[in-house]
Amino acid sequence: MMEINLHVKRYDPETENPEHYWADYKVDIDQFTTVLDALIKVREDMDGTLALRCSCRSAICGSCAMRVNGHASLACKTRASQICAEGETITIEPAGVMPVVKDLVVDMTPFWDKIKAVEPWMQPQGPVPQGEYIAPNEDMLHLAGVMGCIMCGACVSDCTLLEVDPNFLGPAALAKAYRFVADPRDGADEIRLKSLSEYTGVWDCTRCFECVEVCPKGVAPMERIMVLRDKAMNAGYDDSYGARHTDAFVELVGHSGWLNELMLPIKTVGMFNMPALLNFAPVGLRAMRKRKMPPLFHKMLPGVENVRRIFRRLNK
Amino acid sequence: MRAALAAHQSGANTALISKVYPVRSHSNAAQGGINAALVDRGDSWEEHAFDTIKGSDYLGDQDAIEIMCKVAGEELIELEHMGVIFNRDDEGHLGTRAFGGQQRARTFFVADFTGQAMLHVLHEQVMKLGVTAYEEWFVTTLIMEDGECCGVVAMEIRTGRIYVIRAKTVILATGGLGRVYEPSTNALIVTGDGMALAYNVGAPLMDMEMVQYHPTTLTGSGVLITEGARGEGAYLLNKDGDRFMQTYAPSMMELASRDVVSRSETMEIAAGRGINGCVLLDCVHLGERLIKEKLSQIYDIGLDLVGIDITKEPIPIRPGMHYQMGGIKTDVDGLTRVPGLYAAGECANVSVHGGNRLGANSLLDTVVFGRRAGNHAAEATRDREYKTFNVDAWVENEEQRIRDMLDREPNGDRVAKVRLDMGTVMNEYLGVFREEQGMQRALETIKELKQRYQSVPVENKGRVFNTDLVFALELGFMLDCAESIAAGALERKESRGAHSRTDYTSRDDENWLKHILTVPSEDGPQVSHLPVVITQWTPEERKY
Repeated sequence: MMEINLHVKRYDPETENPEHYWADYKVDIDQFTTVLDALIKVREDMDGTLALRCSCRSAICGSCAMRVNGHASLACKTRASQICAEGETITIEPAGVMPVVKDLVVDMTPFWDKIKAVEPWMQPQGPVPQGEYIAPNEDMLHLAGVMGCIMCGACVSDCTLLEVDPNFLGPAALAKAYRFVADPRDGADEIRLKSLSEYTGVWDCTRCFECVEVCPKGVAPMERIMVLRDKAMNAGYDDSYGARHTDAFVELVGHSGWLNELMLPIKTVGMFNMPALLNFAPVGLRAMRKRKMPPLFHKMLPGVENVRRIFRRLNK
Repeated sequence: MRAALAAHQSGANTALISKVYPVRSHSNAAQGGINAALVDRGDSWEEHAFDTIKGSDYLGDQDAIEIMCKVAGEELIELEHMGVIFNRDDEGHLGTRAFGGQQRARTFFVADFTGQAMLHVLHEQVMKLGVTAYEEWFVTTLIMEDGECCGVVAMEIRTGRIYVIRAKTVILATGGLGRVYEPSTNALIVTGDGMALAYNVGAPLMDMEMVQYHPTTLTGSGVLITEGARGEGAYLLNKDGDRFMQTYAPSMMELASRDVVSRSETMEIAAGRGINGCVLLDCVHLGERLIKEKLSQIYDIGLDLVGIDITKEPIPIRPGMHYQMGGIKTDVDGLTRVPGLYAAGECANVSVHGGNRLGANSLLDTVVFGRRAGNHAAEATRDREYKTFNVDAWVENEEQRIRDMLDREPNGDRVAKVRLDMGTVMNEYLGVFREEQGMQRALETIKELKQRYQSVPVENKGRVFNTDLVFALELGFMLDCAESIAAGALERKESRGAHSRTDYTSRDDENWLKHILTVPSEDGPQVSHLPVVITQWTPEERKY
């Protein structure tokens, strides 16, 4: 047994001028005590006013996602002794991005709205078979990796894009969308990929890896988003900024052996897209002032033939 | 959700009320799978029915069991068509695994999170069809007028406001009562709400003494370790490394029915052949690949919760309270004895599980009888009118009750203390083995706890997301359930299924091949009896 300190961010909407405040609780733990066990101890024996959601205690119901020492985690899957030594402090805050209702409880309405937005139900095409759909076990095992998502919202909490752009569908909804696109029984891939290629969809992800880091079930949402990008481009949805950016990147490096930074934005938005090109002007001027402007005449990389050979081989 | 979907699709104006977001429900925790006898696999519903009946120690109603086993295949295929992924065999057909108490491998599964996979797909269907859902609403009272159920009083947890929802029919699908016991595999939300709500409006609870102890729950927290582990071939070992099931069930070994395995473990531990109150579950010989593919969740649980890698060493487990076979007495259409009130799933007792439920029959029970209750409750709305009653009075009564709870002086025991005392006494005297004196003591303790409950303080005085208040209300429900369990157990003077008495050690078909019903009264629970429905399987001795 050892004593640790829980430093908990709290919020009570029913006070006169509600503001966040911090409360500290000293709790005895053993090596197996989870952060959730410790919080339950607080709630049951010390302070009944502390609000949090929790249920299964075994990382399957998805209720107890919150920020533990700055990162979203399931409180029931995090052993206190592994992140905190005797006498030290664990900092606990509500999940991010979503509005706080009370203490560690956040309003998940926006989360569910985005899940619903990807039409998360199977849309098979063709006649329904008499028995089960015949499907390879590997495909099902692969899907199990995504179906393992428990909708806890940890990925959404720590998504660096959602923090600044609430319109982004976000990692959970896109991973859910992937689950149907990757399901051999679902027949709506085309429509799904088309709508996922639009604004708020797969191209908005900044690839920061946070969702992969914090997902307690190994769903790796960002990796699913990258596969969706591939699939969307292969299905011919290559007209978005994101898709053109990818194409331009490949084309430019394949041509000169390294990236032509001047041409990349131009090719991404389109040669004749004057309004968008004019938008770059201030950036260009600032770059010039700081002497960061890429050279106007882009040189070939020495030995560019070798790079081109790699591209040719890859294209085969 | 299965009931709500059926009612919605039958054309009834349906709303789903859940005290948590629906995907947080405890069906998530069903790890192992769902049973179905598929004819094209050489299986038959009769064999499945026989295994179920034998498993129930002949207390299951055979008409209900026949219905369940006959439609199991269709239900399974429909779930697959809705999108449940299910593990496949080499040809891409649905794959099976073996489960306890069954002669054939007829358990279909999604790794070891079958319940979660099903629950999320049902939730997808609820979203698809746009069924109205009151999420994080807590039902506190059933509304009764002229002896009929005609709606519910519920609290929106987020605001603490009280509402009346009028209905022509109400279906309870609130799950079990695991938290009545300590420890339990069940989630913290599993507090017997529906059973207590029904009990308090006079719908009898049936066979409440039949409480299942799961043979493999984790040391410490008591979290569930799937029966699928033994289904895939894991061993149970005592401290000497012997597969002790040899002694108790030489033919089925680790895959005997749950009541048998739990009793065997308890005897082994009592005989001093356990380790710190546990025996060992050994998966090592199954190999890392199989474990990570088919038992991935318990692999994580071992590492996360007790720091044991099950691919490398055995894990300490013990029997732990897991499931309530008993519940609200319903007919095969889910109708309780109160007009307008239906029930399905673990909170109900139709009765397909009798004295002991087979693993992977519970998910099947929920979809089969959830659908039937939904269909029949929807059908019944056609001949029923909305009752007129004084809505404001119902709201005001509930407001008053809650205000009284919030205004209590802070000098009684905390909710958590009363719950722990209840759980401990239930586990001690109404666990794997029972006898008269202990059960009497448990019943008296529950009476005393009910007194103490009247003064438990609610520390949180606010109304927004007041979980303190919700726990206090849930504790009231749990105490009602506990009382009914103790009353049923004292009444049944034999050993059958999960009800194993050291003072009446054998099954007594002559006197006790019958159900026990409990209803509340001023002087505590009143018991009565009901014959078991037997169709084609005559009770015989049960051996594994």
